[in-house]
Amino acid sequence: MAETNSQPDWPVAVERLRARFGDIDFAPSESVAGDGKPRGQVVVRVPADRLVEVMRFLHDDPECGFDMLVDVTCVDYLNYPNATDRFGVTYSLLSLRHNRRLWVKCFVNDPDPEVPSMTGIWKGADWPEREVYDLFGIRFAGHPDLRRIMTWEGFGSHPLRKDYPLRGLGERENYPVYDRTSA
Amino acid sequence: MSGRTTRCTTGRVPKTRVGRPDAMAAQPDATTIEPVQEEPGGDRWVLNFGPQHPATHGTLHLKLELDGERIVRCVPEIGYLHCGFEKLGEHLDYNQYVVVTDRMNYLSPAANNLAWHTACEKLFGIEPTPRCKALRTIFAELARVLDHLLCVGAAALDVGAMTAFVYGFNEREIIYDLFEEACGARFTTSLSRVGGLFRDIPPEWPGHVKENLPRLERCVDELERLLVANRIFVERTRGIGVIGRDDAINWSLTGPVARASGVKRDLRKDEPYLCFAENWDGRGSPAIPFKVPIAHGGDSYARFLVRLEEMRQSLNIIRLLIDDIPPGSVNVSPDEKVGLPDKREVYFSIEGLIHHFEQVMTNRGFTPPLGEAYGAMETANGELGFYIVSDGGRCPYRVRCRPPSLMNYQVFPVLIEGHQISDIVVVLGSLNIIAGELDR
Repeated sequence: MAETNSQPDWPVAVERLRARFGDIDFAPSESVAGDGKPRGQVVVRVPADRLVEVMRFLHDDPECGFDMLVDVTCVDYLNYPNATDRFGVTYSLLSLRHNRRLWVKCFVNDPDPEVPSMTGIWKGADWPEREVYDLFGIRFAGHPDLRRIMTWEGFGSHPLRKDYPLRGLGERENYPVYDRTSA
Repeated sequence: MSGRTTRCTTGRVPKTRVGRPDAMAAQPDATTIEPVQEEPGGDRWVLNFGPQHPATHGTLHLKLELDGERIVRCVPEIGYLHCGFEKLGEHLDYNQYVVVTDRMNYLSPAANNLAWHTACEKLFGIEPTPRCKALRTIFAELARVLDHLLCVGAAALDVGAMTAFVYGFNEREIIYDLFEEACGARFTTSLSRVGGLFRDIPPEWPGHVKENLPRLERCVDELERLLVANRIFVERTRGIGVIGRDDAINWSLTGPVARASGVKRDLRKDEPYLCFAENWDGRGSPAIPFKVPIAHGGDSYARFLVRLEEMRQSLNIIRLLIDDIPPGSVNVSPDEKVGLPDKREVYFSIEGLIHHFEQVMTNRGFTPPLGEAYGAMETANGELGFYIVSDGGRCPYRVRCRPPSLMNYQVFPVLIEGHQISDIVVVLGSLNIIAGELDR
């Protein structure tokens, strides 16, 4: 990512972030398509302990104005080439005012992956954060209702982790059977 | 905004609509939501609505805490239809996965196919051919009409107007027939491929679309006459499930639900793709004009008005495009190494044969660049986006579907609090929650 830092014109939001938070290395990068043209998708990295203040700034600052949280998702970089951190929690932001998007990544690692919840800034973070918690096992500190959402309570694993096999760990074969006597 | 732009004002808007103003207050450590108790005590009682309830149109489950028939609290439980589509995406290649996208929003499968390949093409850096763009635009708009016809009709059915449902459902058959003629499947279309389409349309197809457009337009008019001034329908939907503009943005609403709250956002205008972009065919053609209907009521009635008008606009877009679909190939050049070459080349030239095998062998196939891409389309329910992470292999490393149904459904407890049980089906119908897309 280091060589892409020399790119001259980052979006306004990245410049604003750098001016406001001089001590964070945002390491902005732009994903490049197969034909060598940039896709216009700028990703910045934010450490988990600074996430709330950075996100609040992105939401409140009029020149950034990211008033909509389009999505919260996560990528498990377990087998990814040259990856150093395991989980990249990805926030997809949209500014309706300026019609711009920005992606924010926050990397966390085992054994206790935890990021702060964004439900205090964008209420729309509620269910996508629950989904990431359910399928990746990342805790969102301060989430008002952090329960499993897709799988059931008591499902022991986090299926979208790369070390979870496609065919499951036998959940479909081994489950408690309730019959007339035990029910 | 002029002409046919929908404007609606609602009469009976509750003063404070959000039942729990403090529960989700804007602070990082919001208070924890209590689970619904089995025996809440006092006059309150608990009702489980679904997951096998016909009015929910899918496996949705609501835990309701009621005071008489008034809803005090509502906690949706989802996940009954979770199939691990995102996990599957890591094991299927970029063309195989399109079959899975059919099963997401099963009211408009073609739109999901196209959204998936929009994201793939962004990853690969491929620009589809002008003919492909025109056909994809027509397919996407047909899918939007297909979706809205059922949504409006089913919502009318839920408040007791069976006629409108049958009128809408009957005309959907036309669109199913058109899809069948174009790609061989009525329902699970799987009609797109990376860099193009599964196959070109038969030459008489545009004529058949054109023949049927007046019938579809008449159907929209009929639905409007049946519902818009229908006193029962208006009384049941107006002022029900209201959400304001700022709340809609904060809750990440998109699509007709957001536009009914006055959010001016349509990806076709704001991030133009396919034929909605200027110079889409490379010969200086202007973007296809259409209007984005906006309503300001923010209630269920406004959502129906927006959907009705969107159908008209979609049919108009099809009418503008259908006469001069650009000639040429629907697939990008085989040199892009994403599509299969023409069968004549495969059978009669060694290069074509090699190329074909390179594509179909399991240890070769796609060679996308390392990186990630997000592609989104304005589908009938809102922004349907796919976030693909590639490690250079033939299958994606990670596939994330940004489903509009999930993001639109999470606001449901806020919309329904304070209303009656019978309003649940109205609000559910106006959000158009599709369980396949919700749970994936």
